Amino acid sequence: MNTSYLDLSLWQVALAASLILVNAIISIALNLGLGRTLILASLRTIVQLTLVGLVLQTVFQWDRWYAVIGLMAVMTLIAGITAAQRCKRRYAGIWTDAILSVWASSWIIMTFTLLAVMKGIDSWYQPQYAIPIMGMLLGNTLSGISVGLNTFNEGMITRRREIETYLALGATRWEAGRDAIQEAVRTGMIPIINSMMIVGIVSLPGMMTGQILSGTAPMQAVKYQIVIMFLIASSTALGTVGVVLLSFSRLFNAEHQFLPQRLKLPGNPP
Amino acid sequence: MNTLLGDNLGRKDPTSQRWLLRGVTLQVASGDRCAVVGPSGSGKTLLLRALSLLDRLDEGEIRWNGKTHHGSSVPHYRRQVVYLHQRPALWEGSVEANLRRPFQLQLHRARRFDHSQIMNWLAVLGRAESFLDQPQQELSGGEIQLVGFLRAIQLDPSVLLLDEPTASLDLETAMAMEQLIDLWMAADAGARAFLWVTHDHGQANRVANRILQMKQGELRDG
Repeated sequence: MNTSYLDLSLWQVALAASLILVNAIISIALNLGLGRTLILASLRTIVQLTLVGLVLQTVFQWDRWYAVIGLMAVMTLIAGITAAQRCKRRYAGIWTDAILSVWASSWIIMTFTLLAVMKGIDSWYQPQYAIPIMGMLLGNTLSGISVGLNTFNEGMITRRREIETYLALGATRWEAGRDAIQEAVRTGMIPIINSMMIVGIVSLPGMMTGQILSGTAPMQAVKYQIVIMFLIASSTALGTVGVVLLSFSRLFNAEHQFLPQRLKLPGNPP
Repeated sequence: MNTLLGDNLGRKDPTSQRWLLRGVTLQVASGDRCAVVGPSGSGKTLLLRALSLLDRLDEGEIRWNGKTHHGSSVPHYRRQVVYLHQRPALWEGSVEANLRRPFQLQLHRARRFDHSQIMNWLAVLGRAESFLDQPQQELSGGEIQLVGFLRAIQLDPSVLLLDEPTASLDLETAMAMEQLIDLWMAADAGARAFLWVTHDHGQANRVANRILQMKQGELRDG
């Protein structure tokens, strides 16, 4: 890739950051009381991104497989925890299930990507490819998983009588849970399918825009974007199915009993 | 001849560790017509749920013709011993769609929806054929109970666990339902039995030949 982009100086960054004054003036003029929040948000943007930059810079320069794998592992862990946290109702073991699903789905797709799709890069773990792709996979898989898991768990509560009626009539736990499983997996997969539908029409995807900004030829950037869309879609599908089935196995036992009492709203005593 | 045996059944509230059901032993044999009476919260529904293996037990076991059921044989057991919720859930669609639905289950796939049988039962309940076309969301609480009941008995269970099956019915329909249960009991050469939870002592005396009292999670013959 060429590097025909403008090297930003700190002054240029500071100039852009001063635009926060626009928000500040609006907040003061309309008495929105957002002053403290604005300061905090600005600081977080700068600090968080700088820290990520330092980590990435270090890992890129170090260029060791274990550093890349280690960083990806930390990213995966955080994604799994976030997915479980976004769930309204939780059961004991939800953290394990969310982390396991994010991990298995994204790492399977990542392995395929680095060893097959991206064949020809300097090393199989080349951080320039491995880390940004992993980040995009995780971000999207995480939403699929949290939406799927949340839909499934809520469905267990709203469909409670329906499920028990099924079981009482001789249904297996699979038959009793099938409607809820289908609904949850479908809901988890809809956002990525929607974005595949409208990509390039309504908005230009961030990665493609970034590559174009840094001087990549548009057609080349488009190829990358197409690859990424399919990686994301498959990882999201695997992760969503995985987490819904794991949740199913926690809320139904082998005796074909339904255990919705395992679902708790956080904050309520166990 | 079938026997359903609940042996020393016990269940605790997982949060408070209080016993909700304790030391309950009962046997229901073919031809038995048992009524279970007792105050609200005494564990009547829990007993029925336990007998249909819908809840985990902390103590005791349930034997059907001498055998306990675990894992993949549980649905087969529930085909014999059907629990009828006080408020059965209906699926979206007509009454007939709801009656047909259980035949999609693997366990009942070999059987067919029997329209003429349903028509006979509807006649006992004083309903016309047009009842089958009524959409689920237009049914009253009592009608939902009727559909839930027909949906269960068309599957030919051996034991019915009835949880206040006439609670939402007017007196006339309740009597018709009692008559239908008589008809159901008379079929299949007396191999059938029911356990009927009711608040109504009059009903218990009418329908049962055995009355059991539930009190604070314990069962006694009354």
